[in-house]
Amino acid sequence: MRLAIVKYNAGNIQSVLYALERIGATADVTDNPELLKSADKVIFPGVGEASSSMKYLKERNLDKVIADFKQPVLGICFGMQLMCTHSEEGNTECLGIFEEKVKKFPVVNGIKVPQIGWNQIDNLQTSLFDGIDENAFCYFVHSYYAAIGEHTIGTTEYGIQYSSALHKNNFWGVQYHPEKSATVGEKILKNFIEKIG
Amino acid sequence: MKGVNFLDLRDAGDPVELGALYAQQGADELVFLDITATVEKRKTLSELVNKIAHHINIPFTVGGGISSVQDVQTLLYNGADKVTINTSAFKRPELIHELSSEFGSQCVVLAIDTKQEEDGNWYVYLNGGRTKTEMECFEWAQKAVELGAGEILLTSMNNDGMKNGFAIDITRKLSTELPVPVIASGGAGTMAHFKEVFTDASADAALAASIFHFKEIGIPDLKQYLKENEIFVRI
Repeated sequence: MRLAIVKYNAGNIQSVLYALERIGATADVTDNPELLKSADKVIFPGVGEASSSMKYLKERNLDKVIADFKQPVLGICFGMQLMCTHSEEGNTECLGIFEEKVKKFPVVNGIKVPQIGWNQIDNLQTSLFDGIDENAFCYFVHSYYAAIGEHTIGTTEYGIQYSSALHKNNFWGVQYHPEKSATVGEKILKNFIEKIG
Repeated sequence: MKGVNFLDLRDAGDPVELGALYAQQGADELVFLDITATVEKRKTLSELVNKIAHHINIPFTVGGGISSVQDVQTLLYNGADKVTINTSAFKRPELIHELSSEFGSQCVVLAIDTKQEEDGNWYVYLNGGRTKTEMECFEWAQKAVELGAGEILLTSMNNDGMKNGFAIDITRKLSTELPVPVIASGGAGTMAHFKEVFTDASADAALAASIFHFKEIGIPDLKQYLKENEIFVRI
């Protein structure tokens, strides 16, 4: 099994690498299209800003490379958001994999934006969540969200109900950080490696 | 969701082992502050951060002597998720903006050491609490948030080490009037103090050190107690 992590101008890639190590997996961190295309599975992580990251990906043609992946791909947090069609952040056209627009959290019910902290994941579907209980806690850091739609395979409530996990064909995305979500997150990463594909 | 955070692993044994143990026991975040950080020690600090980061599966915040984008880059590369800044940000507030535009606000935690003086006002202290300023705590916190700080780590020097509870009033003012999470620090002595800072001060997280290091309160017991008292915590 050869895992690849997409290297681009977003933070937090190191944390993903360490989390994989803890569950006994290794990965190449690369922006080389050939290495990415030939990997068995790809992780597209990130903490960043939408317009500058899309610009960076386009300049290197990585936007097309990612959208054309045939193997299982897991987008994490900002990576998942970039896999949607559009983000309100910087009014940015994104990769268009999930037909969903990413919007800023409305400040309702006394919430603080960004959401920084642990929250629950519900309505879990697909084998990505095998062995994970409903209402399990994961760690979130984000200001923008994807609404609930046809690709939703998990939801979370923060002022409103939104998609905290998406799935379409070979593409998967989670809004939280499994690499920072204790044993629940490790299980999700393990499921992606062992059960998806 | 309310967080229970842990500070300063260096005090009480092997920081790598302790960090892993706390993560396993249900800590929601680890905060590692090296308050004596100097230039010569920085390399040691990043190596230690790297070792701890390999062994914990929860968010990891690191602070001590950070004064540039380069400092933060090194720590993030070694596995920190966020950094805390304090004196250097007060002396050069643009640092907050520089860090938040480079790494995002979620990465930048402003630590404030504050003390209530006889005039009733809470003032900002620098250099690990050794230097008083004329700046009021709320005013500085508000300015820092405008500049891009994503969280506030608020330590009350009046309460720190006293074990008589957190500083409720100033914590409540910051956590209810600022749009970012506030982590309360200083004064935890009993499990009821944690409950109080969540219910009465609306703190987003509470941080403690010695009571955990010296096993006066167990993390699983504390979280169970909070849950039974209807505080939204991760078990």
